[in-house]
Amino acid sequence: MARIGIYVCHCGHNIAGTIDVKGVANYAASLPGVAVARDYKYMCSDPGQDLIKNDIRDHQLDRIIVAACSPSLHEATFRNATAQGGLNAYYFQMVNVREHDAWVHSDKAAATEKAKDLVRAAVYRVKLHKPLERRRVPIRPEVLVVGGGIAGIHASLSLAAAGKQVYLVEREPTIGGHMAQFDKTFPTLDCAACILTPKMTAVRANPNITLWTLSEVVKVEGFVGSYQVTVRHKPRYIIDDLCVGCLECVEACVFKEPRFSDEFNVGLGKRKPVYMPFPQAVPQLVLIDPETCIEFKTGKCKKTCVEACAERNAIDFTQKERLETIEVGSIILSTGFEVFDPHRIPYYGYGVYPNVYTALEVERLVNAAGPTGGEVVLRDGRKPKRVGIVHCVGSRDEHTNRYCSRVCCMYSLKLAHLVKEHTDAEIFNCYIDMRTPGKTFEEFYNRVGEEGVNFVRGKVADVYPDGDGSLVMQVEDTLLGIVRKIPVDMVVLAVGLEAHRDADAVRRMFNITCASEGFFVERHPKLAPVNTFTDGIFLAGCCQGPKDIPDTVAQAGAAAMEAAALIDKGYVELEPMTASVNEEECSGCKTCIPMCPYSAISQKADVKKAFINEVLCKGCGTCVAACPSGSIKQNLFEDEEIFEEIEGVLAYA
Amino acid sequence: MPESTFEPKIVAFFCNWCTYLAADSAGISRFKYAPNIRVIRVMCSGRIDPQFILDAFAKGADGVLIGGCHPNDCHYQEGNYKCLRRFNLLKRVVRQMGIEDQRLRLEWISAAEADRLRVVVNDMVEKVRALGPLNWSVAPEPLAPVHAAGELRVLQEVSR
Repeated sequence: MARIGIYVCHCGHNIAGTIDVKGVANYAASLPGVAVARDYKYMCSDPGQDLIKNDIRDHQLDRIIVAACSPSLHEATFRNATAQGGLNAYYFQMVNVREHDAWVHSDKAAATEKAKDLVRAAVYRVKLHKPLERRRVPIRPEVLVVGGGIAGIHASLSLAAAGKQVYLVEREPTIGGHMAQFDKTFPTLDCAACILTPKMTAVRANPNITLWTLSEVVKVEGFVGSYQVTVRHKPRYIIDDLCVGCLECVEACVFKEPRFSDEFNVGLGKRKPVYMPFPQAVPQLVLIDPETCIEFKTGKCKKTCVEACAERNAIDFTQKERLETIEVGSIILSTGFEVFDPHRIPYYGYGVYPNVYTALEVERLVNAAGPTGGEVVLRDGRKPKRVGIVHCVGSRDEHTNRYCSRVCCMYSLKLAHLVKEHTDAEIFNCYIDMRTPGKTFEEFYNRVGEEGVNFVRGKVADVYPDGDGSLVMQVEDTLLGIVRKIPVDMVVLAVGLEAHRDADAVRRMFNITCASEGFFVERHPKLAPVNTFTDGIFLAGCCQGPKDIPDTVAQAGAAAMEAAALIDKGYVELEPMTASVNEEECSGCKTCIPMCPYSAISQKADVKKAFINEVLCKGCGTCVAACPSGSIKQNLFEDEEIFEEIEGVLAYA
Repeated sequence: MPESTFEPKIVAFFCNWCTYLAADSAGISRFKYAPNIRVIRVMCSGRIDPQFILDAFAKGADGVLIGGCHPNDCHYQEGNYKCLRRFNLLKRVVRQMGIEDQRLRLEWISAAEADRLRVVVNDMVEKVRALGPLNWSVAPEPLAPVHAAGELRVLQEVSR
C-alpha cells in the first residue's frame, strides 16, 4: 500500500477564496493510500516545502501530491522538494486547482467538487508512478542570434563579451535594423546613429561574433544544447574579403544618376544598382542588386564598375546562393517588427495624397544623412508651414490592431519637436490618449507642449485635399466637443508596430508558440519574459511585442544572460517522458515507425522488434497510442496511469 | 435525474503545449466557464489512445473533449494529425455505439486562445446538458459508407 502525502495550497486567497481547501484536504485524507493530507497557506514557500520534506521523513511517505497552481509554474519546485525529502522526484504529481479551477469558476461548491475529483485522479495515478531520471545532454557553446537590429546587436555583443561564440544572422545587407533609420531617439534626443553605429562596428570587430548579412535561417533541427541550423547565404556579388568599401564602383556605374528606390530611405531616396545601403553600414561592403543591374538583366553591360574596382577584383557576377549548416546550443530570436502599412486605412489618403507621410519616412527627412540632407520639405520642395501628426494609425483600432504600439505617442512628440526645430512649422498632434509612461517621458511631453506644439484630443476621421494643394485633417476635438477641420501642408501618420509578415513561418521553423497578433509568445509574461516554451530559444526586442529601445536593449541583455547561463552550466536536463518498447510483447508490426516525426524508432534487424532511440525521442507519446499490442510505454504517461486518472476524475464520491 | 439538475461530467484531454496552456491562460485572465470539465494532461494530442476515450465513456463521462495544437502548429510536428485520424475513425465507432456526436469533440485551441477555450467548454457543456446523461440504449446509427469515403479523402488531404 502506498503512503501518499497530499498538500492543498490556499495560495493566499487565490485558491482558498473559491475552493474549500480544508474540505478538499479532509476528503483526500479519506482516500485509500493517503497517509497525510494537509492544507497550507503557501505551499511554494520554504515552510510549505519543508512540510513535504518533514512528512516524508516522519510519516514514511512514498508519494507526494500538491494541489496548487499550474504545473508550468511550480511542478519543478515540488519535484525538487520531493527529491530533497529523499524520494525520486517523479513520485510527485501536481494538481492544477488554481488556473483550471479556482480562477475560472464562481460556484464555490462546484469548484470544490472539481478539486476533489482532480485530487482523487492524482491519488489514483500517483500510486503507479515509477522512479525516473532526467537525461543530461551537453550544451554546445555557440549561440545563434537571428536578426541584427539593436536587439540582436546588443545580445551578440553581450554574449561575445562573456567569451561566447555567436553567429549573428541578418537578412538585410547591413545590420542596424530600424534603429539605424531613426534620426533622434526619445526622450533624450540622442542621435540614433551616434549611439548605434559604435555598437555596429564593435560587432564587426569582435572575434567572437561571426556576422552573416544577406543571410537567412531556412531550417532548424535538433533540440536545446544541439540545434542544427541551416543558413542560406544570398549572393552579394561582391567578394567580402576583397571589397574595401571605397565606393569607386558606385561612382563608375553606367547609371550616372541614382535611379532606383532606396530601401534604407524607405523609397524617398534613390540609389544605383551597385550601392552601399547607408554610409555607416556594417559590414562596409557594397552590394549589387540583380533586379536592376544591367549586367544581370541583359548581360551586355560595359561593367565600368569592374574597371573601377581594377586589381582589387572584388566584383563577382557569378556568385551563387549557398547553404551552410551550423551547430549551436541555443538561439536568440530578435527578428523585429514591421511598421503598419497605412494603405490599409484609406481615409488617411496615404499613397493618394503625396504629402501624407509615415513617421518612418519623416525620420528619414529629418535625418542629415537622409534623402533631403535633413531638410524637412514636401515632395514639391516646399517647406511645410503647418504639419499634422496623426496618432494611433494601425493601433487601438478594432479594424486593424487592437493593441497599443507603445512607442508612437513618444516618437510623435519627438517628431513634433524635430519638425518644429527644422521648419518652425505649426504642429498639430491629434491623439486619442497621450501615453507617456516611462522614465522622463512625461517631462518630454510637457517640454514639447511648452515649445508650442498644439495637441488635439481626438482621432482623425478624414484627410482630404483643400483644393489649393494643402490638406485638411478632420478631427473631433473631444475636449472642446467640436469637429475641427485643420488645414495642413503635411500629414504624418504615426504608424504602429506589427509582427513581421513572415513571423508565422519563423515561429514554425523554431517551434515556438503563437499569439493572435503574430508576436512571439514568451514563456511567462512576467517571470520568463525572454524564454519561450521551447528550451534553448529566447526572445529579444519587438518580435515579442512592441517596445522602445531601452526595453529592447534590456531584454536583449536578459536573453544573452539566459543563453550564457545555459552554456556555463554545461548541460541541460531533459524531462524523462520518453517512450520505450517492451520487446517481449512487440509483434514487430512496424505500425509505430512512421508515427515518429524524429525517426527515433527503428526495427532491430536480428529480433524484428521495434527499438526507440532515447536520445532522439522527444516524448510526445504518439507511437504509444498507435501500438496495437500496447507494448510501447511512455514514462509518466503510461496507459495504466492515464486509465487511473480517468477512473479518478469520474469516480463519484 | 430531472434535466434541470443534470450536470454533465466532461473528461478533457489537453495537450501540454497548446490547449493546456490556453486553459492556464484562461485562469490567469479569470475567464469564467462551466465547472463541468476535468482536464487530463498529455504531452501531445497524438498520445490520446482511442481507448482512453472509450474508457471515459464507459466509466461515466457524459462527454469527452480533446484539445490540441492547430494544424501545422504541433509542438511535435504532426502528433495532432495522428490525433485527427484516430478521432475521425473513433467518431464512427462511437456513433455506432449510440453515442451522440456532440458528446465527443476535437478542438484545436492554441496557447493564445484562452477565450476560445472558454467558449468551447461552455458550448460543449450546454450541448451535452441538453442531451442529458449518456444513454446507452439509443439505437445505433447505421454506418454510412459514402460519408466514410469522404472522410478518408479529407484525412488524406490533411495529412499530406
